[in-house]
Amino acid sequence: MYAVEVIDVARRFGPVQALAGIDLAVGEGEFFGLLGPNGAGKTTLISILAGLTRADRGSARILGHDVIADFRAARRNLGVVPQELVFDPFFSVREALRIQGGYFGVYNNDAWIDELLANLGLADKANANMRQLSGGMKRRVLVAQALVHRPPVIVLDEPTAGVDVELRQTLWQFIARLNKEGHTVLLTTHYLEEAEALCNRIAMLKQGRVVALDRTSALLAGTASTMLRFKLDRPLPTQLLAQSRVTGRIVQITAHDAREVESILATLHAAACEPEDLEIGRADLEDVFLEIMQAEMPQRIPAAQVAH
Amino acid sequence: MSSLGAPPRGARPLVAPAPAETPASVLSGVRTLLYKEVLRFWKVSFQTVAAPVLTAVLYLLIFGHVLEGRVTVFGSVGYTSFLIPGLVMMSVLQNAFANSSSSLIQSKITGNLVFLLVTPLSHWAWFLAYVGASLVRGVVVGAGVMLVTVWFAPLHLAAPGWILLFTVAGAVLMGALGLIAGLWAEKFDQIAAFQNFLIMPMTFLSGVFYSIQSLPPFWQAVSHLNPFFYMIDGFRHGFFGVSDVSPWTSLAVVGCSLVVVCSLCLMLLRRGYKIRH
Repeated sequence: MYAVEVIDVARRFGPVQALAGIDLAVGEGEFFGLLGPNGAGKTTLISILAGLTRADRGSARILGHDVIADFRAARRNLGVVPQELVFDPFFSVREALRIQGGYFGVYNNDAWIDELLANLGLADKANANMRQLSGGMKRRVLVAQALVHRPPVIVLDEPTAGVDVELRQTLWQFIARLNKEGHTVLLTTHYLEEAEALCNRIAMLKQGRVVALDRTSALLAGTASTMLRFKLDRPLPTQLLAQSRVTGRIVQITAHDAREVESILATLHAAACEPEDLEIGRADLEDVFLEIMQAEMPQRIPAAQVAH
Repeated sequence: MSSLGAPPRGARPLVAPAPAETPASVLSGVRTLLYKEVLRFWKVSFQTVAAPVLTAVLYLLIFGHVLEGRVTVFGSVGYTSFLIPGLVMMSVLQNAFANSSSSLIQSKITGNLVFLLVTPLSHWAWFLAYVGASLVRGVVVGAGVMLVTVWFAPLHLAAPGWILLFTVAGAVLMGALGLIAGLWAEKFDQIAAFQNFLIMPMTFLSGVFYSIQSLPPFWQAVSHLNPFFYMIDGFRHGFFGVSDVSPWTSLAVVGCSLVVVCSLCLMLLRRGYKIRH
């Protein structure tokens, strides 16, 4: 049985094919990353798992429970941290958490609520009204609300978007602990270093399709593994532009082997460019991500290969 | 194993799946949502309870002052005595509608409805809790209006059973109608339009302020098409033992309306109309 199983799920919103047939299987206890540019379909997929959106075709299961036919059992096993920063202005933090637990039939669980509050740095805000909290604090409450019924499967939709370093640290420590204790975690994020550090497997989505799905280590190994980084004050020679990523003065160029590194340096030299702070390193997940996203759209990855 | 990587299994201990649903957990879900909905209006009771009571008292003072002594109804009933039950029932109905409709539209617009959408609560649970809270708000406001206005004129309780029956049926009907409006509306002004162009005229033209016997035959016939008339008339029968139409007729009309509105409401909730996309 898989923690999350998605079979041929498609969904169209008017002219936009948000999901064009997705197959995924997340094993129990995995820390799984779902990456992709904006509009790739990540949130639509999560919404389908949570029952917020319905698929046009295909099916999805949480721990073997179909999200439509057996929605009660599916949702009891699932905790979702939504992307939008939403809150109910009528209640205090503790009230909101008690109420959320009560919906799932969980009550008299103040000990767990206290533990959640302590681990998320909210202990002194328990009786504060939701309106009085800062954005980061509200984000923490969203996480606590998703966990209040102790779901075995936790889905976080960009939980660290726009939050400070401290919260990111607190949050990841806590989520990593829950994963270690046996919770399955499915995460979408724009911070690829987070995904690289936390996720043991990663799926990349593009235009509603899975375009890469592998162990994080295999993804990093199986692509252009060398990266030239340097600073440059002059425009880059045009022949290098296609394979480079330029952020202000910082240029990063992928190279597949030592010969290609030499050829890049020769091209720079011929164009009278003098790179500063030159370093040669391993490609990181961001490089892999860009390479995959810039590649031509591959065929849909067949279900049989994904699930078994 | 495929080149795409298969999920690793059994490497670490796993958290047990959530325990299966029990009648107690389902009941807890409904009770929690009901509690949350009641707490929501109670926390702003100045606006949700005190204000409608004040409005009803103002109606009583103004209309009672102008018309007391000039109008008698059902033979010997004074105008103020006649008006009080009408105002009570009007408050019950309007507030029952306002509670479910405004709660739902607020949650939809602010986005916090997601907290409810991800729960295992069924459409029945939503219905029972939202309509239950509407009933509580309707009864609280109605009792408030009654408590304040009862000092202005003598009132009898000829048949309290009818009073109770029409209070519950009317509030449930309006709570369910409020849910439908809340599901349908996408903006606050659509709820306001529903309230101002449908609920208000129909309650005002239902015989709260006059007996429809005093109307010309044409408008009497029109009033008979208004389901609100039967709610008010049946409710009033409980006080005076007399009414414009038989309470059994009123019960039949209100009962049929109740079935239609509740069925529609449950159907929309089941489909996730405008809330699950």
